[in-house]
This record gives sequence, structure tokens and C-alpha cells, in this order.
Amino acid sequence: MVEKMDLQEVEVWDGNFAAAQALRQAQVDVVAAYPITPSTPIVEGYAKFLADGYVEGEFVMVESEHAAMSGCIGAAASGGRVATATSSQGFALMAEVLYQASGMRLPIVLTVVNRALASPLNVRGDHSDMYLGRDSGWIQMDAFNAQEAYDLTLMAFKIGENHSVRLPVMVHQDGFITSHTAQNINPMTDDDAYAFVGKFEPVSEMLDFSQPVTYGAQTEEDWHYEHKAKQHKAILDSRPFVDKVFEEFKKKTGREYKRVETYMMEDAEVAVIALGTTVETARLVAKIMREEEGIKAGVVAPRVFRPFPFDNVRDTFKNVKAIGCMDRSSPGGALGALFNEVSAAIYTGDNKPIITNYIYGLGGRDLTVESLKEIYRELALNAKSGKQNGKIQQFIGLRGPKLEYFE
Amino acid sequence: MRQSENPKFLGTEERLGWDEVSQATLLHSFNGEVENASFLKQEERDYAVTNSYTASVADWRIIKPIYNRDICIDCQFCWVFCPDTSIISRDKIMIGIDFDHCKGCGICVEVCPTNPKSLLMFDERKEIEEALEEWPAKKTDSEEE
Repeated sequence: MVEKMDLQEVEVWDGNFAAAQALRQAQVDVVAAYPITPSTPIVEGYAKFLADGYVEGEFVMVESEHAAMSGCIGAAASGGRVATATSSQGFALMAEVLYQASGMRLPIVLTVVNRALASPLNVRGDHSDMYLGRDSGWIQMDAFNAQEAYDLTLMAFKIGENHSVRLPVMVHQDGFITSHTAQNINPMTDDDAYAFVGKFEPVSEMLDFSQPVTYGAQTEEDWHYEHKAKQHKAILDSRPFVDKVFEEFKKKTGREYKRVETYMMEDAEVAVIALGTTVETARLVAKIMREEEGIKAGVVAPRVFRPFPFDNVRDTFKNVKAIGCMDRSSPGGALGALFNEVSAAIYTGDNKPIITNYIYGLGGRDLTVESLKEIYRELALNAKSGKQNGKIQQFIGLRGPKLEYFE
Repeated sequence: MRQSENPKFLGTEERLGWDEVSQATLLHSFNGEVENASFLKQEERDYAVTNSYTASVADWRIIKPIYNRDICIDCQFCWVFCPDTSIISRDKIMIGIDFDHCKGCGICVEVCPTNPKSLLMFDERKEIEEALEEWPAKKTDSEEE
């Protein structure tokens, strides 16, 4: 019999502990993990809950992140509720196996604490690893604070395990700023949380000996394309199920989630679109800009990065004159990924705002309130003059001469 | 020896559209549920069309093993070592080769311990009777060295 935990109405947890508590409350059967900074306390937390009798399951120590995700795949294919955590280099090593998990349609939950990719080696938060997963066929949800990391991790199980979805889900949070910052959290009770997530109902599990099944079969040019097409349909068709789970969660907790989060966008003329903790800073600055400088500023944030909310993003910007796309990943010889995707979405609409790509915060460099104020001022100037006043791509918060490209 | 009457070669199966293929490329082994499948002989099992047993890879083969019942001692080495489960043995008696799935790798010949060997590789088009007539004689001690 599993011990229940007496939780206060308000707990003080950091993002890692919040995610670990969600894994406990979902009663995850198997965690195969190779801990890595800054996500280590998530799997450590699950292991301790397991040792203390608060969860019934297995913690599998493996020799690498490649093996961690491989172990998760085996356990999920065998019919278990499965989760793990990783960051950065670990995520990169897992990359090959991520595609196997989504191709086999196994609803594994991966809590990713975003961290920069070497070289230079760096343990701080940026979005390089999150971006690395964007073609992997996983649903990717993004938490901007610890409460959201908890909420989204619980919801991830319910979304991915839905038999109409059957996809693995990543829940991202920013390294250290979210993962290691203690914040007030309103948890659900153990009973409420488990009732919300529900019992895991496997499909075609390998341990059903009366119906043996092959997972991960090889297909060449004769079949591969059809299977990949079906997988793409599955992730795009998951959108209404994500909305439904968000709706049910709101009924239970009062906390509202949308695939695209908006802040002060009703009458916004200029807007910043960002991911992670930056969203909360941008909201603060947008409010200041309205009060102090009369700039009609707003903030847009894709809560669900994959499936990318293409039409919702376009519609959100239908009355906006200038947009700042914030990319927290080294773009490696291109415009930022978020810029590219947002620009493509907007191009299919009637409104053609001026879009600028701001690269920022690599390797955990702080994005300051002052930097965001300058961005909003530039966006306001672009909106007023109807043209791009600086270069299209600009590096923010960088020492040395200004690094910028394209006109 | 077992020869499929209508071998279905890999790649010649019906081409389904993307909306018809299985979720997750899941391939079921049998039609419906089975009990104690391991106690059934292959020919007694209700294999699903997605089981590779129902497909033939015979056209991958350019040389084939032929076995000589007169020499075989039923040691089961070939049955154990065959990577494609293509040695057919019943009650520990070697009764044939599954030519729908044998790829002609020759491992059965390699591991055969008799003198002369009870299994030898021949050209794919070789008639069995002809092969048996050409079977080599027992090697003497000096020849084996």
C-alpha cells in the first residue's frame, strides 16, 4: 500500500521538486534515469519517494541518457506509466531514442530542465536543448514557473496517454531560474491528482503474451513515409485533446492554460513572443511600458511548442504592428527558430507586422528589465514608422560591438 | 522438404495508404489471441499477415543447403545455429529445410559435425537427387589434416 503525503494548501517548492511531486502523484511505474544538472533533483526526488514508500514503481539506474530513454521505451512498450528527466548534453545523447519513442507512439513523459549545449560547456539555462527536440515528434509543453512545471507534468500524462493521442510528451522548464528557485505552489491532494491523471491503460503492451506484437519494425521506402505521415497526423490531431485536458484542469484547480498564452494582447500594437521564464519578465515590462511610456505592449507565449500553434499564433497577431521574436538558442547560421516559425505563420495572414529577431540569454545570461524596455521602445518605433529601424536579427545583452544581421 | 505453394515475397504485399497502416508500426504476430503458442508447431499457428513467417525471402538466396538423411545423426546443431529458424526438426529428428525463409548463409553446413557433412551448399538451381548422387565420400584421417 502506497503512503499518502499530507500536503499544505501552499507548499514552497522549486521547479524540480514540483515535477518530482507530479511524478509521485501520477504513480509512475518506471523511471529509468541518468541524472544531469540541472534536472537531477527530479529523478532523485522520485527515487526518494520510492524508497520512502510514497510510490510503487521501479527506479532503473542506467549508464547513459541514451540508455535511460531506451529503458523508458522498453517499460512503456511493456505497459507501464513511464517518465524520466534530462537536460542539455543528456538530451542531446537521448536525441536518437526520442524519435524511437514517438515513432512507437509510447506516452512517455520527459521533464526537461532547459540548459545550454556545449561547447563551451555550460550548465545554465537556455533553450538549445528544447529546440533540439522540435522535430522529434514529441508534444512539447513549456512551463514559465514552478507551479506550471507541476501542473503541466500532471497534464502531460493525461494528454499523452489518451488513446486518441498516444504520444510522448516533454514538459520544459528553465534551468535554475525555474528548476532551483523556491516558489509558492498550490498542489492538488494525492487523491485529486491521481483521479485527474487517471489509471494508465496500455495499448498492445508487449507483456500481453496472448497477443504478441512487434515494436519498432523496419520500413524502407515502401512503408516509412506512410507511417511518418500517420505520426504527423497524430501530433497535429492532438491539439483538441490538449485543449480538453487544459479545460478539465481548469475545472479542477481554477488554473487556466492555453496552447498560446497572451498577456495584454486585446489592444496591443507591439508584442514580444517568447518562451520560458522570459515570458514572466516580459509581462512585467509590458505593464511598465503601458503605464510609464504609453506603449501598447503585449506578450505572447506558445505554451505548447509542439504541435506548433500555427493558426493561433497568426490570429493572435492580427492587429499588431511590430513583433519581437525572442530566441534563447544560438541560431547557428540562420534566424532563430521561433522567429522563423512565427514569421511563417504571420505570412499566411492579412496583417503584415514588422518582425524582429532578438537572440538573448545564451548560457544563462540574464535578460534584464532594461533590455526588454529597449526592445519594446524599438518595436514601438518600428510600429510608428512602419519599417524596420534596426537590423532584422540582433543579439541582446552581449558585450562588445553590436552583433546584428540582415536588413 | 517444405516448399510453400504460393510464396509471398517481401515487398509484393498489398500497398496500404497512410491512413490504413497500423499505429506505431505495430505488427501483430497472430490473428486474434493465442494460448501457449510455444507448444504449437509453426504450421499449426494462425500467423497474421504482418508476421514475417507469412512472407518469403527465398529470392535473397543464390546457394541453398541440401541435407543427406543417410548421414545425418540428428545432433540438432544446425537447428540451434540457424539464424532464420529454417531447419525443421520434429521430436529431435531433422525433417527438412524451410526454403521460404532460408537465406543460404551456410551456417548449418559450417556447424555440421559429421564426416562427410550431412548438409552441403549447392547452386540454387541444383536438383536434390543430383546433389545426393554427387555427395562426397568420408574423408580419411590423412585427408582431414
